[in-house]
Amino acid sequence: MEFLRPRTWNEAVAVKAAHPEALALAGGTDVMVELNFDRTRPASLLDLTGVDDLAHWALDGDVLRLGAGVTYSRVVDELGFALPGLATASRTVGSPQIRNRGTIAGNLGSASPAGDAHPALLAAGAEVEVESVRGVRHVPVAEFFAGPKRHVLEPDELIKAILVRPASGPQEFAKIGTRNAMVIAVCSFGLALHPHARRVGTGIGSAAATPRRALDAERFVSEELDWQGRGPLPDGVARRFGELVAHAAEPIDDGRGTARYRVHALAVMARRTLGWAWAAYRKG
Amino acid sequence: MRVSVTVNGTQRQVDDVWEGESLLYVLRERMGLPGSKNACEQGECGSCTVYLDGVSVCACLVAAGQAAGRDVRTVEGLAADDGAHALREAFVEAGAVQCGFCTPGLIVAAHDLLERVPRPDDAEIREALAGNLCRCTGYEQILDAVRRAAERTVG
Repeated sequence: MEFLRPRTWNEAVAVKAAHPEALALAGGTDVMVELNFDRTRPASLLDLTGVDDLAHWALDGDVLRLGAGVTYSRVVDELGFALPGLATASRTVGSPQIRNRGTIAGNLGSASPAGDAHPALLAAGAEVEVESVRGVRHVPVAEFFAGPKRHVLEPDELIKAILVRPASGPQEFAKIGTRNAMVIAVCSFGLALHPHARRVGTGIGSAAATPRRALDAERFVSEELDWQGRGPLPDGVARRFGELVAHAAEPIDDGRGTARYRVHALAVMARRTLGWAWAAYRKG
Repeated sequence: MRVSVTVNGTQRQVDDVWEGESLLYVLRERMGLPGSKNACEQGECGSCTVYLDGVSVCACLVAAGQAAGRDVRTVEGLAADDGAHALREAFVEAGAVQCGFCTPGLIVAAHDLLERVPRPDDAEIREALAGNLCRCTGYEQILDAVRRAAERTVG
């Protein structure tokens, strides 16, 4: 095995081009488990923690650029106001030790259907900036996942940043697990209100082969809400929204829960998060 | 490969490190620092908690090569630390140690908490120690120990 440790982003991209088989390594909270348990033996590891620039976030115009090295802990500590949905989701990840090390970009790279960041990124409408020696491209998070633990990156591409607009309205994240800490989601749900666009964003986690949006639910609720008058949720809207979110899911039975339970829980989480977010929006 | 890393203030160099090897393995098996315990090897138990550049992490999830050029502080490196001393005394007094396997990781995690939050409330203590498993005590004595240490350290 080779241990590749570029010091600059340009070097990292060049190294990935020269070693397309290299497994990108950031916080190690997924990759090292695979190595420790002998589940994977990549020909080489491409450690990105030596590229200092990746560990920064900054506002770039009206978009927040979250460098690929930004950890869950930093999102919790520094971005609770700008990205409340992602910060709430980050708070539910593992333990302090895991959050100190694991990165949002690493969550994308692992591409688990249960990744905690994904529903929040989907609801917020985030994009993934990926780069190779061939150039840069931006992939909407909704188009990033190709299947369980699979994504659309080419072998020579690396995740450089996540691009997301700071919240313009309330955002919520809910997750079902057997305890508060160290839990892989049984299922999860992210919701973001986008008042300027009069649109609701959603993200379903751990209830399909990939994280996904609930498009029918988004369309339905976006039209039903009284954005201008900030009136109460119309009768039956939250319930119908929950049903449509549940309908968008295609869960399976597995060790963490049954498909039936996941569908039920998603409807409940969708209804509740909508209620919380709308109440916050009405308060202004 | 060769890995050079500062451990507990001393520059250390080890050779023939396997590229997929964890920092935990290097600390325990190559540097003779067995304080960080090896249990789950998947970040679930917190027994191998160390500081990496001042941030608490599971050493089992850090590739040895990622620690190169960085600063590692293990539970052994807290031997002369006043805060850690208060924690050790409080753990003993509160009965927070039974088999002792989880104790080094808990000391580092609790030390990290008290460095950041000198007077934590119970929710903060629980959250800070959520990644450290103990199969003996039932945790109540551990929470008590951290409360005692916090009172003593702040005075």
